[in-house]
Parts: sequence; C-alpha cells; structure tokens
Amino acid sequence: MSPFAGTGMLVRAAVRRDRIQLIAWVAGLLLLLLSTASSFSSLYPTVDDRLAVARSIETTPSFRALYGVVYNPTSLGSLVAWRLVGGLVLGLGLMNLLLTVRHTRGDEESGRAELIGAGAVGRLAPIASAFALTGLANLAFVVIAAVGLTAMGLGAAGSLALPLTVAVAGWVFAGVAALTAQLARTARGAGGLAGAALGLAYLLRVAGDAGNGVLSWLSPMGWAQQTRAFADERWWLPALSLAVAGVFAAAAVAMAARRDLGAGVLPDRAGRATAAPSLSGPFGLAWRLQRGVLIGWAAGFAAVGAVVGAIAKDVGSFVDNSPQMADYIRQIGGEDAIVDAYVSAVLGLLAMAAAGYVLQATLRIRGEETSTRAEQVLAGSVSRWSWAAGHVVCAAVGTAVVLAAAGVTMGLAHGLRTGDVAGQLPRLVESALVQVPAAWVLGGLAILLIGFAPRALALAWAALGAVILIGWIGPALELPQAVLDVSPFTHTPLFPLTDVTWTPLVLLAAVAAALALAGLSGLRRRDLGP
Amino acid sequence: MRTVIAASGLVKNFGRTRALDGLDLEVRAGEVHGFLGPNGAGKSTTIRILLGLLRADGGSVRLLDGDPWQDAVQLHRRLAYVPGDVTLWPNLTGGEIIDLLGRLRGGLDRQRREEMIKRFDLDPTKKGRAYSKGNRQKVVLIAALASGAELLLLDEPTSGLDPLMEEVFRECVDQLRDEGRTVLLSSHVLAEVEALCDRVSIIRKGRNVESGTLADLRHLTRTTVSAETTEPVVLAGLTGVHELPLDGHGGPSTELHRVHVQVDPAVLPAVLQRLTDAGVRSLTSRPPTLEELFLRHYGIDEPAEATS
Repeated sequence: MSPFAGTGMLVRAAVRRDRIQLIAWVAGLLLLLLSTASSFSSLYPTVDDRLAVARSIETTPSFRALYGVVYNPTSLGSLVAWRLVGGLVLGLGLMNLLLTVRHTRGDEESGRAELIGAGAVGRLAPIASAFALTGLANLAFVVIAAVGLTAMGLGAAGSLALPLTVAVAGWVFAGVAALTAQLARTARGAGGLAGAALGLAYLLRVAGDAGNGVLSWLSPMGWAQQTRAFADERWWLPALSLAVAGVFAAAAVAMAARRDLGAGVLPDRAGRATAAPSLSGPFGLAWRLQRGVLIGWAAGFAAVGAVVGAIAKDVGSFVDNSPQMADYIRQIGGEDAIVDAYVSAVLGLLAMAAAGYVLQATLRIRGEETSTRAEQVLAGSVSRWSWAAGHVVCAAVGTAVVLAAAGVTMGLAHGLRTGDVAGQLPRLVESALVQVPAAWVLGGLAILLIGFAPRALALAWAALGAVILIGWIGPALELPQAVLDVSPFTHTPLFPLTDVTWTPLVLLAAVAAALALAGLSGLRRRDLGP
Repeated sequence: MRTVIAASGLVKNFGRTRALDGLDLEVRAGEVHGFLGPNGAGKSTTIRILLGLLRADGGSVRLLDGDPWQDAVQLHRRLAYVPGDVTLWPNLTGGEIIDLLGRLRGGLDRQRREEMIKRFDLDPTKKGRAYSKGNRQKVVLIAALASGAELLLLDEPTSGLDPLMEEVFRECVDQLRDEGRTVLLSSHVLAEVEALCDRVSIIRKGRNVESGTLADLRHLTRTTVSAETTEPVVLAGLTGVHELPLDGHGGPSTELHRVHVQVDPAVLPAVLQRLTDAGVRSLTSRPPTLEELFLRHYGIDEPAEATS
C-alpha cells in the first residue's frame, strides 16, 4: 500500500468537517484585502496623493517597521500591498497552522488518527491531506483575490502577485506546523511552537525593516514584501516561499514516516508521584491547566511590546511630511500627539489579540466538559460555580497580565530610548491596562455561549473576527458609528492620547461581568456532557 | 434496611431520543448492586443523573437522603465515582490526579492510597497522556477506592483491566462490602457481577426489566433439563416447556431417548413427573446462568447449545 493511500478521501472528509471554518477564514481575509483596496482608492485618488504618503512612509522608520516599504509610490496596488502584506501573511499563516495541527497532531491526540490508520489509509495520508486542505484554501484565496483586484482596475500582474506571494508565505507555516506536530505530543504544544515561529517571523520582519533590512530576509513575511507586487514583481520570491514550505513539509514527512503513531520526538519525563499542596480545589486545578497558555501569551506580548517600544520614538518625524497619512493615523488612533496615537493604535491591535487569549482561556471550560474531565471534578464536592469560576478568574486576571506584559516592555524600551523610564513605564502600563475591559467583553460572550449555547461556541470566534475587521478597516471605510459601536474596542479610551475616561471602562467591565454571570447561571442549570 | 439510592419513574430525553423511560432503581445500604443492561440502555445516563450532571425530566430520585441535583456538593463528599471512559489531564501525573480527585472530595486516606497503588501496580509518576486505557482506569479507581466514601458509583470500572487487575478489583470490592460501604456496579462482565453482587437490576431501553437477588431472578427463569429415558417422553400439552436442539454427546447408537429442554418454574414438577413415567436413566438440571438471564432480557435468543 502506498504511504499516501486514502489521501483524497481524507481531504474530502476534512473539507466536510471544516467547511464553515474554511469559508470564514478565506472570506474574512478576502474582505480585509478587497475593502482596504477600495478604501485606499478613495483615500489616495491621485498619483500626487500617493507620492506624498509614500515619501512620508519612507522617512519614518516606525512606519516602515509596522508595514514595510512602498516599492512603487505611484501605484495604488503597491500602497495596498505595503499596508496589508504583513497582516495577510499573519492571517493566512495562522489559518494554515491551525488547520494543519488540527488534522495531524490533533487527530492523533484524540485517537481519531488511530482509527483512520487502521483503515486502508497510508501512514503519510493524514499529513498529506493537511497540506492538500491548506493548499486548497490558499488557492481559493489567491484566485478570488486576483479576480477581485483585477476587477477593481489594479494591474493584472500585481493583482496575481500580491495574493499569490502572501498565500505561499502563509503556506510556509503549514510546513512549520506539520513539523512541530511531529515534535510536540499535544496539539496545543504543536500549535504553540508553530505560533511562536509565526510571531518570530513577524518580529524579524519588523526589526529588519526598522533597521537595514537584512533581518527581513530571514522571514517569509519579508519575502512576501520583497516580491514587490505592483512594482516590477520578482516572481522568484514566491517560488522561494514554496521551496521553503516544501523543505519543512519534507522534513515533517520524513519524521512522520519513521516515528510511532502518538509519539513525539521529545520524550516524556517522569513527574511527581504526589500532588503539590497547590494542586487542590477547583481554583488550584484551573490555575495548573491555564498557566502554560498564559505564560506563552505573556511572553509573546512582551516581545511585541519591546519591539514596538523600541521604535515608537521615530514616529514623531512623520506628521510633518504627510497630512493625509496623519489623517489616517488620527482615524485609526486618535488626534493628538502622533507617538501616542501610534502606541494607542498598537495597543488597540494587541487588545484584540488579547481577546483571542480570553477566548482560548474561557473556552477551556467547555473543553473540560466535552473531554468528560469535568465530570470527575464535579463528582467531587465541587459546585459547578466554583469549577467554572476558577477558569473565569484565570482568564480575567490573565488578560490583564498579558496586556501588562506588553505595557511593561514597551514602557521600558520606549523609556530607555527617550531617557524617561520613570515616566514612560507607568504611563504605558496604564495604557495597556486600559484595553483590558474591552477584551473581557469577548470573554463574557464566550461564557454566555458556554452557559446557553454550548454547541455554538464558534460564534465567539466569529465575533472576534468581526470585531477585528471593524477595528482594522471600519474607520477607513467610514462605516456608520452604530456599526463601529458594536465592537467593545470602539469604546476603549485612546489613552495615552486622551485622558482616561472611566465611564466607558466601568461600563465595559460591567457588560463583561453581566455576560459572564448570566453564562455561569446558565451553566448551573443545564445538563453537562459532551 | 436503609435505602441509599431510590429512583422511581425516571425519565430523561435527549432531543427526541428517550434515554430513560420510567426507570426504577433501589440500592440498599451496604450492598453491592449490579447494574446491567445492553449498550445504550441508559446505565450511564442514570449514573450521571445520580451525580447531578444531568437533570431528570420526570420521576423522583433520592441519593443518600438528598436531592442529587440540588445537594450535589454536600452529597459528593460521601461518594466516589469511576467513569467507564476515563480521560485524564494529559500533563498531570497519575499521582497528582489521585491526590487532586481525593482533595476535591474532601480528603483521602494516604495509607490506603499507597496500598492501592501497590496492589494495582500503578506507576504514579507517569503523565496522564502516557497511560493506557487500563492504567487510566486504575488511576481513577485508586482515587475512588482510597477515599472514605460511603457510596461508590462504578460505571464499567473494569472494562480496560487485565484479568489479574480484575481479580484485585474484586478483592477490593469484597473489602468495601466488609466495611459496610455501598457499591453500584455497572458492568458487562457477568462473571464479575455474579461473583460480587448481592442484588442486580437489569435495564433495557431506559426501563427496569428485572431486579432482585440473583436467586430471585433465577427463580423467575427457566431451568435447563437434560435427561435420558427408556421410553419416549411426552411433553406435548405442557405450556412453559421449550425444546432445545440435542447436542451430539452420547452418540447416535444409544437406545435411550434423549431430552433437552428449558422449563419454566411452574411446570417443573409436571415435567419431572413425565420423565419419571418415561423411565428416567440419567438427569441433569441446571439453574440459568446470569448470561442466560441477561440474554433473555436483552431480547436475543438463548444460545442454541446448553450444556450441563
């Protein structure tokens, strides 16, 4: 039997299993790309507008760092590429790594792979089907995006190069995830390692573009930018991404062909024979289950905070050069000091990422329930309330910890560059903490769903996706205020740009608490079980 | 005798599926009560209701003189539970999980914990994800057996254990009985139930079809009779006699007439009379095995071959 036998069948099963998820990912990223292109065409209608904004970007290291370089200032498409390539590689990379882990290590951990492997299915079919599945999703993105951009009147070559290069760069992370799925024994571990690689790729690109650009060449995100869509495209760079993805894939396949099903490369060490006193009661257990995830997120946030803080000082030179871009910055951030606007805009993005953490942490409640581990806890003398509350408290405090981690490193880095650590550190930590209540609201929504609609938890992720879209492109599209107001992040004060207004913070926290309490009371009343 | 579990007329629906359809269950203090039924009969659903994880849609249920839904937290100090399909936290060790489950219940007997780990031959330093099914089951069994719980709810607790460990489990249940504790044992291992249980409830499609001591149940069920007679036996006209195919033992050359039947208790005297009239030469009779009871209630035909 060929080691790939049954791959086609597995791909069809995976498409069936993930059909909604796949559509949501591809449609969400397409919406981001096409709506940004359309909003830029109204923001910078003439070549002069584009030249002006491109000149200011060139002279501002922090903008180069955040979004890279504009390669063809006269082209609208090049501006779109400048603004979106990094974000799209991040989005597609995340999609690819999550799908890959889900269909490789995820299935192995749950035991499904064993069932599949017992059929007339080759040893390498699961990993091959994961590549095929992510490949199909990326292909759909490329085709629709290329048609869409061309239809909007952007050049045909660039309209193909932009989606193609981000898709293959994102696909590198399917290869990375396939490899980490061989190394780690759990899906969470494999996803964490691959996610760290994605974050590293982003930081290398940021640090590279802020400096002499060498580091960017170590990152698939850098390759995607260097493809220079809409500016004399270099087609060999997407080919490089594809080759690197192939190398990762080959390494993963080689490992998968040799190792036992269910085994990792890293061996399990023996642990404690008895439990530490801290592992006691529902809160002790929740902390033990949540702390690894929290530490990972906090480390990632600290790294981003350090990079952002280190380049924040350079943003000031920007405002004089380009009134249009300054307008744009005001729209996404605020209207006073431009450094503060930058910090506040970055923290706004981090707050949405922190909402991702809140969802992951709160949805653990349902994960414990469906795995039936919750049954064993609740068969003890533990109320449902305290069982769930342990996780809720971890998630709520964890949100503050994660954002504070970014605030601390940002404050230290920015403080060191401006020689004002004593002033910047508390100020930026406060700026980070101001973002916490809005992120809590999404956690509250997740708990509400757990209490009343446990089979519809995907809605929590959909809500996060909607909120990110509103935050990212809502102001640029000049959406009506009523739509912007749907997102809790719209209501977060733009501190340090403006003063902290407590009313919206208290209201956001109250909404989050009300949602959570309602969800917990629903959880106490309903049947528990998978 | 005090009743520890008293459920009557329990109804539970999952959507349009009726999982429990008027189930009755009575478990008395100090007994080991076997809980039998085919897959999907509602055993686990019943146990989940007893644990307050599910709420019954109808009927009444009392557990240790409390309401399993309302008083779950207080009641669970007094009971221990072993699920049939054990999932452990992948990154906690077996030892940590045993301690954790004990603490969640309000403490566990350290000496007993060590003794059980030794008896079940468990390595408590392994991570949860590294255990096999049987070892996962041992982890939770040890936590339950080392607790001071007065009631143990065991849902197919030996389905993953090897025969040696099953033997250890039986010893432990005997010990629990000696200590006066109550056990509800849901099981498919009929020999285990026959060996351990004082009383048995058999359920099917969410209903109770039989309950009582094994002796009671046997009394209600047919006895298998095999005999050899000099004259042909006339059993026609008797209701409650069911012919079984003749097995090959004895060979065709014998001149004796052979009879192989199952007999309802009420007609047993009449059958014996007719066997005597026909000049009985040899006679074996055997009470029904639990397996036969079980199969009969599950609606599957009894095995074609019944040996004496």
